[in-house]
Amino acid sequence: MYSQKSLNTDEIHHKHMLDRSEIPALFSSCLPKACIFTSIEKLRPYECDAYTAYRSLPLAVLLPETKQQVIDIVKTCQKYQLPIVTRGAGTGLSGGAHPIENGILLNLSKLNQIYEINHELQYARVGPGVRNLAISEAASTYDLYYAPDPSSQIACTIGGNIAENSGGVHCLKYGLTVHNILEITFVNIDGEVITVGSECYENPGYDLLALLTGSEGMLAIMIQAKVKLLPKPANKEVILAAFNRIEDAGEAVANIIASGVIPAGLEMMDQAVIQATENFCQAGYPTDAAAILLCELDGFDEALQWEIQQVTQQCNQCHATSVRKANNAQEQELFWKGRKSAFPAIGQLAPDYLCMDGTIPRQHLAHVLGEISNISERIGLPVANVFHAGDGNLHPLIMYDANNAGELDKAEEIGSQILELCVSVGGTITGEHGVGIEKLNQMCVQFNSQELIQFEQVKLAFDPERLFNPGKAIPTLQRCAEFGAMHVHAGELPFKDIPRF
Amino acid sequence: MQTNLPKELLATTTGERADEILRKCVHCGFCNATCPTHQVTGDELDGPRGRIYLIKEMLEGNITTSATLDHLDQCLTCLNCETTCPSGVNYGELVEIGREHIEAKNIQNKITHIKRQLICATFPYPKRFKPLYSIASLLGLAPKRKSIVAIKTATYSKKVILLDGCVQSVTNPEINHALKTLLDQCSIQAISVKAAHCCGAIHHHNGAPEKALAIIKNNIDLWWPHIENGCEAIIMTASGCGLTVKDYARILKHDKEYAQKAQRISQLTQDACEFFASFKFIKNNATYKSVAFHPPCTLQHGQRINNVVEKLLASAGFECVDFTDKHLCCGSAGTYSLLQPALATQLKTNKIYQIMQAKPDVIATANIGCLIHLQKDSSIPVKHWLELVDIQIS
Repeated sequence: MYSQKSLNTDEIHHKHMLDRSEIPALFSSCLPKACIFTSIEKLRPYECDAYTAYRSLPLAVLLPETKQQVIDIVKTCQKYQLPIVTRGAGTGLSGGAHPIENGILLNLSKLNQIYEINHELQYARVGPGVRNLAISEAASTYDLYYAPDPSSQIACTIGGNIAENSGGVHCLKYGLTVHNILEITFVNIDGEVITVGSECYENPGYDLLALLTGSEGMLAIMIQAKVKLLPKPANKEVILAAFNRIEDAGEAVANIIASGVIPAGLEMMDQAVIQATENFCQAGYPTDAAAILLCELDGFDEALQWEIQQVTQQCNQCHATSVRKANNAQEQELFWKGRKSAFPAIGQLAPDYLCMDGTIPRQHLAHVLGEISNISERIGLPVANVFHAGDGNLHPLIMYDANNAGELDKAEEIGSQILELCVSVGGTITGEHGVGIEKLNQMCVQFNSQELIQFEQVKLAFDPERLFNPGKAIPTLQRCAEFGAMHVHAGELPFKDIPRF
Repeated sequence: MQTNLPKELLATTTGERADEILRKCVHCGFCNATCPTHQVTGDELDGPRGRIYLIKEMLEGNITTSATLDHLDQCLTCLNCETTCPSGVNYGELVEIGREHIEAKNIQNKITHIKRQLICATFPYPKRFKPLYSIASLLGLAPKRKSIVAIKTATYSKKVILLDGCVQSVTNPEINHALKTLLDQCSIQAISVKAAHCCGAIHHHNGAPEKALAIIKNNIDLWWPHIENGCEAIIMTASGCGLTVKDYARILKHDKEYAQKAQRISQLTQDACEFFASFKFIKNNATYKSVAFHPPCTLQHGQRINNVVEKLLASAGFECVDFTDKHLCCGSAGTYSLLQPALATQLKTNKIYQIMQAKPDVIATANIGCLIHLQKDSSIPVKHWLELVDIQIS
């Protein structure tokens, strides 16, 4: 039988249910008929983003081509109380763009214009559907680039990056999306267009720009952003270090940072990932190593030479079996290509995977890696590890086969234990992928009920009728109570004061 | 990705293979980023990930209508997605299975169907296509054919087989002529087997797999004696044909009689640029100064040959200029430009715009389809790179 899991929607506040056939007429004044999809055949491919464990059919998919169409759609949705889930490239790994059955899926990929590249003031003004990499490509004429580079940067859009506050390889030195955005123009639930932020670094009033970044499409719909562009560094080097023990690599990471070097990127991959990515792009990774570190250093030559020396020394002291620099720009690119294709390359090893996103203080790296391997062994599914080692952002990839009954449950159990492990060492459940639907339960572990109520009040201040991406990112207290009942840690019941059902 | 194909389908070779391919896809969406049609329409269903989903739904037995067919028809089969996919999904094979499956369900677009039949009845047969082309050039609808002077025979040390090609032998015979001249200078004898014209691709990609198989087997039969007689390679001047002949091994994998021969033929097949890869050309004549090489999808994504032609052109004294979005299809895609003119024209306009930003004197390519398609709207000449090299070094 079809063992597809469906999303537990009881906590999504159901409005009156419209019939699919009524949708085209409702939106016919907003956008052309060809941009409104309501046939089930056409909706199926939209039933999930890159988090495929759960699938739901939306009422309709709308594909607007202009900002005005977005505004009109929001007004119509508000009038008919239709929930809206906004989607960019659908590359999210936490189900942030997972459709809602009684709602509209708003696909913004046609708003993909780069309106302006200002090389003097070093910013780009772009639509939400512009791909992350396309910004850097367009800016390269002026030797500028956009720093945050999620691994899916070839495909993911800036709208999604802002919604999830995405990170990437270069965030260790250059910050997350929130640190690289100057201005956001958004449509609020009343269909009004508001711009927050400015070209200045500090603005009076509440920092709504920061609030909106990472709000997972629950507060507003972004229709334009001004993003910072940085000058390409004068020089850069990429170092590849191999280790026989994953713990040694973990220690090297902590020591590199402690030595005072701030690498532009510092990434770790374990053997399973090394082999899968090597198979795809022949980056020249040593496939017999238990772990490798990729370390990018950039800046002016003199400082660079000192940093290379430091990093090499630290790796050698941690028993690296080899340490080498990429020979030229092509090889540097190839080293990164391997790392950036790590998640999907897992498709060669297993038909499905869950990608975790926990973040931990760096000094616990070796301990947490050991524990992950224990959890994996105990529950009985393989886990491959790839992560932004420099900022302690782990991406354990739990491999499973959705066609085998029960494996998804096992994978979720492993994921859940890994995230709780992260919280227990003082870390967080997400570093850059967002909560979406995937980590709703773990939010109950990370935050107490007062904190969750505060989140909900922020949501209601922007969207009192809960139409923007309802049911995502903030768990209801009821969910937490039920989840807590299943996971009683050390005899302590979380949310003791919440009535149970 | 989770699949739920019916048992009866999984029991077939095709069903089993489709399931294997589908399960490799992890739905990451990287492929959409380099898909030319997804870039134009922005619709998930016009990208590989959406098409894979549509095929999965169809194979699982869900409602399938002409909507699915339209989205499969709009796919260029440029295979850009395959070179982007880190999971190793064989999209080309899957879409072929999908197209055969929907055809078997009798879901068809009448106009496309008629167009396809007309294409299959004319293009692969030079005897039928030549008079039509002559009329078209008399009416000014197509460029005039050039006359070709025969090459003097010399003493040869090696022998190779050449495929004259169906459309190319009528519209641009000078391409193979250029190759023969170059081979002649290297004391290599080029054998054209006259009765072998089409590689089978036209039928193969236009819903006539049986006829395609007959053509493929006929080609193998025609070439086999020459291979036994010591021919060292089969050289292709059209990368589209090259990709298809290299695929003979897979197509005939389960054919007891032909499997081994097909494998040998595929192994011996080389694009002209692979054959000359280790050669250094010496410049004698200055013709065009700067060249923009447009790599056909069948060369860069299908055969995964990159930067070889550019190096050869540079060795012959051309300045090879780079341009944006070199990895994208020009819209020709075999017979696609005739079947999906709107998207094909949009992609061609984009391609020519990007090429012209680099201000070349001439555009070079390696496939007859791209050549004819681009030449229609290009203000500068479009040539096969072999022609350019031939003039430059003679």
